[in-house]
Amino acid sequence: MSELAVKLEGITKRFPGVIANQDVNLEVEAGEIHALCGENGAGKSTLMKILYGMQPADEGRMFVEGEEVRFHSPTDAIHRGIGMVHQHFMLADNLTVLENVILGAEPTMTGGRIDFEDARKRIVEIGEDYGLEVHPDELVETLEVGERQRVEIIKVLFRGAKILILDEPTAVLVPQEVEELFRNMRGLKEEGHTIIFIDHKLDEVLDIADTITVLRRGKTVATVKPADVTAHDLAELMVGEELPTPETREKTVTDVEVLRVSALEVEGSETEVALTDVDLTVHEGEIVGIAGVEGNGQLELVETILGMRVVSGGSITLKGQDITEWSVRRIREAGVGYIPEDRHRRGLLLDAPLWENDMLGRQTREPFVKMGFWIDPKAARAHAAEMVERFDVRTPGVDVPAHALSGGNQQKLIVGRELSFPISLLIASHPTRGIDVGAQAAVWEELRRARADGLAIILISADLDELIGLSDALYVMLRGGLVAQLDPSTVTPRDLGAYMTGAKAAS
Amino acid sequence: MTKHRLLVLAPPLAALVLAFLVSLIVLAISGADPIEAFGNVAEYGSRLNTLVETINWATPLYLSGVAVAIGFRMNLFNIGVEGQYIIGAFFAAQVGSIIELPPVLHVVAILLTAMLGGAVWAGLAGLMKVTRNVHEVISTIMLNGIAVGGVVSYLLGVWDVPDPGLDTALGAIPESGWFPSLSPLLGLDTRSELWGFVLVAVVVGFVYHYFVGRTRWGYDLRASGANATAAEASGVDPKRTIVMAMVLSGLVAGLVGLPELLGDSHFYSLRFTQGLGFAGIAVALLGRNHAGGIAIAALLFGWLSRASGILEVRGDAPREIVAIIQGVIILSVVVAYSIAERYRRVEAARAAAAVVGEER
Repeated sequence: MSELAVKLEGITKRFPGVIANQDVNLEVEAGEIHALCGENGAGKSTLMKILYGMQPADEGRMFVEGEEVRFHSPTDAIHRGIGMVHQHFMLADNLTVLENVILGAEPTMTGGRIDFEDARKRIVEIGEDYGLEVHPDELVETLEVGERQRVEIIKVLFRGAKILILDEPTAVLVPQEVEELFRNMRGLKEEGHTIIFIDHKLDEVLDIADTITVLRRGKTVATVKPADVTAHDLAELMVGEELPTPETREKTVTDVEVLRVSALEVEGSETEVALTDVDLTVHEGEIVGIAGVEGNGQLELVETILGMRVVSGGSITLKGQDITEWSVRRIREAGVGYIPEDRHRRGLLLDAPLWENDMLGRQTREPFVKMGFWIDPKAARAHAAEMVERFDVRTPGVDVPAHALSGGNQQKLIVGRELSFPISLLIASHPTRGIDVGAQAAVWEELRRARADGLAIILISADLDELIGLSDALYVMLRGGLVAQLDPSTVTPRDLGAYMTGAKAAS
Repeated sequence: MTKHRLLVLAPPLAALVLAFLVSLIVLAISGADPIEAFGNVAEYGSRLNTLVETINWATPLYLSGVAVAIGFRMNLFNIGVEGQYIIGAFFAAQVGSIIELPPVLHVVAILLTAMLGGAVWAGLAGLMKVTRNVHEVISTIMLNGIAVGGVVSYLLGVWDVPDPGLDTALGAIPESGWFPSLSPLLGLDTRSELWGFVLVAVVVGFVYHYFVGRTRWGYDLRASGANATAAEASGVDPKRTIVMAMVLSGLVAGLVGLPELLGDSHFYSLRFTQGLGFAGIAVALLGRNHAGGIAIAALLFGWLSRASGILEVRGDAPREIVAIIQGVIILSVVVAYSIAERYRRVEAARAAAAVVGEER
């Protein structure tokens, strides 16, 4: 077991203005599960992309099974038995499992015909050997997230990988699916495979890893054994200071009702989940959390409250006014803020300067426009400058295009924009997704402050600790309906996960 | 800021230089002496009369470019400016020759008719897009065919309407409906008169610039173009904005045929200039959808097409060589802009990262 599967020596990678990896060393023994920990932006993904041949290192040397290697593309890495499962799955939805697995590595017979029988046999074999159960002929679009991940892993094994890189494999899974994944990972290890996986959920890392390497700001900080450290130690290594927590302090809930959704029905379609009989009330100073596996109607609910969908039954009331039939603009003007689940798709005009982004959603209002239509760039710039200052958005100025900012700063810009204007309801959809611990803590703090000031907040998140920590009331959404209401002060992430997958139903 | 300016100006300048070199080669291949040919063009092109004609040509090109640019600003590709201006000019000529009004009002009525015609024709494409999800490229191409074919068949008497008298032309617009020439006012004594319609184009340019840049409707339009889903979440009604953009584009497109109609021909016939709508796409592209940029592009294209006439007269080369030059300019400017854009993105990210780094 002492042979090194992978050895990285002095890896340095620079991007314009940032050093992603600086003199990083990594030693992975053959047949072990090696965890790579660190905050967002610590350089984990970059390092793995270098190992997988997706990006060249500026400096440093790489060894695979003792031999020095130099990869120019992932094909080279695959050739040396390295495979990578990306955080965002790269599967074609409209193809079957079998077709996805062989895509780009098709076994052929004479005349270039694909040997499906051989492929099917090998996939079934892989499934049996490692306990990775899949049905080769199922369409990928019908699979759940955990199953898709298994397909990705099989894809890598099919290409003969002995060293597997998993980029944040647990980020998209609920706790039960995580256990299944870990079982699979142990199975792979027993068969002699080496696994490098990226994670920043510390309890998971301590559970599964044989060795842990911590990265911080592009440098290796420590390599430790899980037996020698606690989650607290790891956290300190990662951040260099104490981890912030999402807990809210004293209750600020009032009995003033801001939003009432009653018996809401919205029709679905092939790609959209139908909403059935949704009842939801949010009060001033209250954070109502909605938990659920993605794609169970959360997005549809948000869009319906924002006025983007046609309601087929029930009603939505904002501060006593029936807004069921209102347009998006009227609803937003009535004081509804929105932190979108995908900041690039829904939240920003990436090529436009910050001050124009600061106007988005307020483009009909003072101080951005005078007389209701005439844009006042000077006032808008001043507002943006003040907002940037108040919410600590790190930028050279307000004329910089939004795409120039880092993800965390873009998110702070959106949060700041929504909260720097008087609103009575905020819909916060995955407000801390994909941002680092520092920015995350800042967003939590702003949400808490807004709640204390009497704002009503709907919080949708995949981060169960965030949901439990921040929410005053907690609902679980499953297949377009709210299936359970839980008390955030007593519920555990495990329980919540059981409700989310439908394993447990409300009593 | 000076660096920023440089990044804006460098691509078109580079494109011009490249186009110049390519045309040198093409001229050489075609057997002409390139230096002499360019000398001829430069000499002829700097004559006062050529410059007047350049402006006359640039005026409809500019209007057409602005019409296309309005669509571009929200990611709509209005290929239908061609059909829209033909419809606009045709009905403007028809209405203008029938109604009797005092001078200024007569012109205003003709302008409104032309704009209405263009707006209806473009609005149809917009409506089809929002109600039936027909892509605007398809619908505007079809509408172009209907407009051109319909007008031609009318003029050829296919529709068995009473012949208006001028053979293949409609009736002429009486003098009260003419747009006055600027030549007497400026004391110009050139063979071609300077069409007063250039003033309308200037006004349209300013309105376009301020509408898109400074009004909230313009902001909605740009936001939809930059990120339709984000715009919708911010309260922009996507359907209404699509129809609005098409109608606005059509309003301007309707004017494209009027400089010629009101400044020169005064009637619509089979010989009425075609192809201005397609030329507008190139002009908008070259001018980066910017009011000033489109003006420069329109003047450049206007000058090229006027000044090149001399090539044929002197026997240096066929004037079609201008089409090659224009093509090279457009292609190279598109490439040069995307290179500059990539450079600018990297620079901006570097600057932003530097700020974060300092405060760490």
